[in-house]
Amino acid sequence: MRILSLAGRRLAASIPTLFLILIGVFLLLQLAPGDTVDALMAQMGGGDAATAKQLREFYGLDLSVPAQLANYLWRLVRLDLGFSSIYGKPVATVILERLPPTILLMTASLSFAFFFGLVFGVIAARGVNRWPDTMISTLGLIFYATPSFWFGLMAIVVFSVYLQWLPPGGFEDIGRVQTGIWRVLDIAAHLVLPTLTLGLIFLAIYLRIMRASMLEVLNLDFVRTARAKGLDETHVITRHVLRNALLPMVTLIGLQAGTMLGGSVVVESVFSLPGLGRLAYESVVQRDLNTLLGIVFVSALLVITVNFVVDLLYARLDPRIAAEG
Amino acid sequence: MDLPRLEINRRTALLTSAAIAANVINPMRAFAQETPRKGGVFNVHYGAEQRQLNPSIQASTGVYIIGGKIQENLVDLDANGQPVGVLAESWEATPDGKTVTFKLRKGVTWHDGKPFTSDDVAFTAMNMWKKILNYGSTLQLFLTAVDTPDPQTAIFRYERPMPLSLLLRALPDLGYVSAKHLYESGDIRQNPTNLAPVGTGPFKFVKYERGQYIIADRNADYWRPNAPYLDRIVWKVITDRAAAAAQMEAGELHYSPFSGLTISDMARLGKDKRFIVSTKGNEGNARTNTIEFNFRRKELSDIRVRRAIAHAINVPFFIDNFLGDFAKLGTGPIPSTSTDFYPGPNTPQYPYDKAKAIALLDEAGFKASGGNRFSLKLLPAPWGEDISLWSTFIQQSLGEVGIQVDIVRNDGGGFLKQVYDEHAFDLATGWHQYRNDPAVSTTVWYRSGQPKGAPWTNQWGWEDKTVDGTIDNALTELDPAKRKALYAQFVKEVNTELPVWMPIEQIFVTVITAKARNHSNTPRWGSTSWHDLWLTA
Repeated sequence: MRILSLAGRRLAASIPTLFLILIGVFLLLQLAPGDTVDALMAQMGGGDAATAKQLREFYGLDLSVPAQLANYLWRLVRLDLGFSSIYGKPVATVILERLPPTILLMTASLSFAFFFGLVFGVIAARGVNRWPDTMISTLGLIFYATPSFWFGLMAIVVFSVYLQWLPPGGFEDIGRVQTGIWRVLDIAAHLVLPTLTLGLIFLAIYLRIMRASMLEVLNLDFVRTARAKGLDETHVITRHVLRNALLPMVTLIGLQAGTMLGGSVVVESVFSLPGLGRLAYESVVQRDLNTLLGIVFVSALLVITVNFVVDLLYARLDPRIAAEG
Repeated sequence: MDLPRLEINRRTALLTSAAIAANVINPMRAFAQETPRKGGVFNVHYGAEQRQLNPSIQASTGVYIIGGKIQENLVDLDANGQPVGVLAESWEATPDGKTVTFKLRKGVTWHDGKPFTSDDVAFTAMNMWKKILNYGSTLQLFLTAVDTPDPQTAIFRYERPMPLSLLLRALPDLGYVSAKHLYESGDIRQNPTNLAPVGTGPFKFVKYERGQYIIADRNADYWRPNAPYLDRIVWKVITDRAAAAAQMEAGELHYSPFSGLTISDMARLGKDKRFIVSTKGNEGNARTNTIEFNFRRKELSDIRVRRAIAHAINVPFFIDNFLGDFAKLGTGPIPSTSTDFYPGPNTPQYPYDKAKAIALLDEAGFKASGGNRFSLKLLPAPWGEDISLWSTFIQQSLGEVGIQVDIVRNDGGGFLKQVYDEHAFDLATGWHQYRNDPAVSTTVWYRSGQPKGAPWTNQWGWEDKTVDGTIDNALTELDPAKRKALYAQFVKEVNTELPVWMPIEQIFVTVITAKARNHSNTPRWGSTSWHDLWLTA
């Protein structure tokens, strides 16, 4: 109960933070030269001043900055995210449309990275400073250091252009109308390359963390005790070391789940996926303030929720946190 | 009409049997003689999504590439760049140039089944072209009314003389018609039809999934007989240029319009037999690379400095080494593709001459102290990689004559704001996009009195009464020969004064599958309706 009130207090404290973030982003975008009408003019390839003036009135840009900000905050209080100037739809609808691909991609690549990071981390730690460790660590470093757009493009060239095994981009096949399991399989095939591209970068991080935490736990007294009482090495690793070494991994995945909504602009662009990362990028370039603030708002909400859940989880995993509070 | 058709059939039959025989040896030879094939899906690269798809209210290639298949214009250009009727069958102007009468095509229906009439034309002209459409609002500034004595006649009435040749050259881009019955109530900009367009064209809008794709299907009731050939067009939203090139190679895309790929990918695919890479079919979308001078800087208001800057840059070297076959030396604001107005290369030019540049700068009194005469801020537009390369080349070239250049990069909105509204630049460089007639796209770059903030207009702090006079005279001159002479005069004047230098001429590059037929056959092909486009099996 004590932890619940603690977490609750933190939740209450995060509401002013949320507003500060939104006001900050709003003001930051005011500093960027040009507004959404300038961006539209750039897209149209020209227009006269009268048109521009009409458009500014249409988008509500003829008001002063404080008035615009006040309007925005007042709408937000009523849970109205406003209207997107590039999409001509309510921001909430636009974000909802982009959520499924983003969540699918991020969950898939995070699970891929978590699972293989764990496996390779264990293998590397068990063969520390011998060839499996060297090989895995070197590969991990290469994955981490390679830019993802290059990885993505090379994957397309190899698997889509030459081998023709997988589609080069898009979220699903537009040529055919598919339903049920076929649609699921089709989307899965489209997500293989992006998942790998994005997952390999996460993989390198998980791998390093897992290896380090395994090595640390392996040197602790209770491991020696376990070995002394005659357990074989597999039992020692799975029953005793792994469980304890997993804690930092869980912390990391909690942190990264918070950034999930940001998506990945690069991977989404290379594979032409309709995700939130590209949406955010477009909203900046097009100065679509409402959409950008909407994404920031939803992301911030997610981070706050995840933090709240993590607070509760910690208390469960480690009773001392709840007791000392 | 029967005789030639019979002949074609007989010839086709003969050639088909010959082709079958030839196929055994070389399947490629079957390409030379074909009858159009019906069916097939044409996949198009769509690089930058627009906010809406109706070409009656937004004049840009990003809208025409989609909306131009669904909605149609009154007039388009034929293979020789001459006006040819689409929804209009014929036209006539009174001698005073104040009245233009269009006779409209009969038996044309909108995709929702309602008949197309002169009411639609009058409504679109008065409410969209005149009030909302960019460039259109300038073109139709003096349009006072459109009379509709009968459903097939639209009479445009102007307050001042409107040269028929100007109107006919502008209408292919600025003459798309929308259905009155769908737009007459409510705010036109917010009309949902803008994102689900309804037209008279060969393809019917089906679906738009934002961020992913747009689909349009064959219009079975299209007014041209036997058209279109394609079953479906799919536009795929792919923002990454390199990824789009990979999708071309994987066969997922058939066509990437308007220089949509990187320069190196276009050069690479040009060597691949599966693709055709060419500037053909884009002659109506010529553009020039610019250097725009801000006269508020005292150095740049000196004509010797502007000329020195031009002389200091080796343009042929830049084109050969960075742009290759896709560009050529420009000679002024009217590109050589504009057969009706190009004045030839005999206007003042500024060939590379470093010694002359240094001499001019010395003469202007800007002596080098420590190798540096003065510093300039250069703002490149973010439209294409050629501009980015060009701005670096300017920086290095001017560095050699003692002018230090600092490059300040912005995104699209930022660039337009800083250059054309805040005037926070010394030099700016981008594209001047020529739209078939200097009065539509070009003279606004030079005419004084442009409202502050209007992009791609004279915001240089420069004013020249002689140039203004030439521009105004050409705008209302009804005799085509005299208009051409006036524009030649205009080019001579602005090349002498050099408020903007336009030394490179480029045409957009098309990358298209070798399976496509009847493509790139008009000067603005990417924007046209594709009613005759077909794909081989």
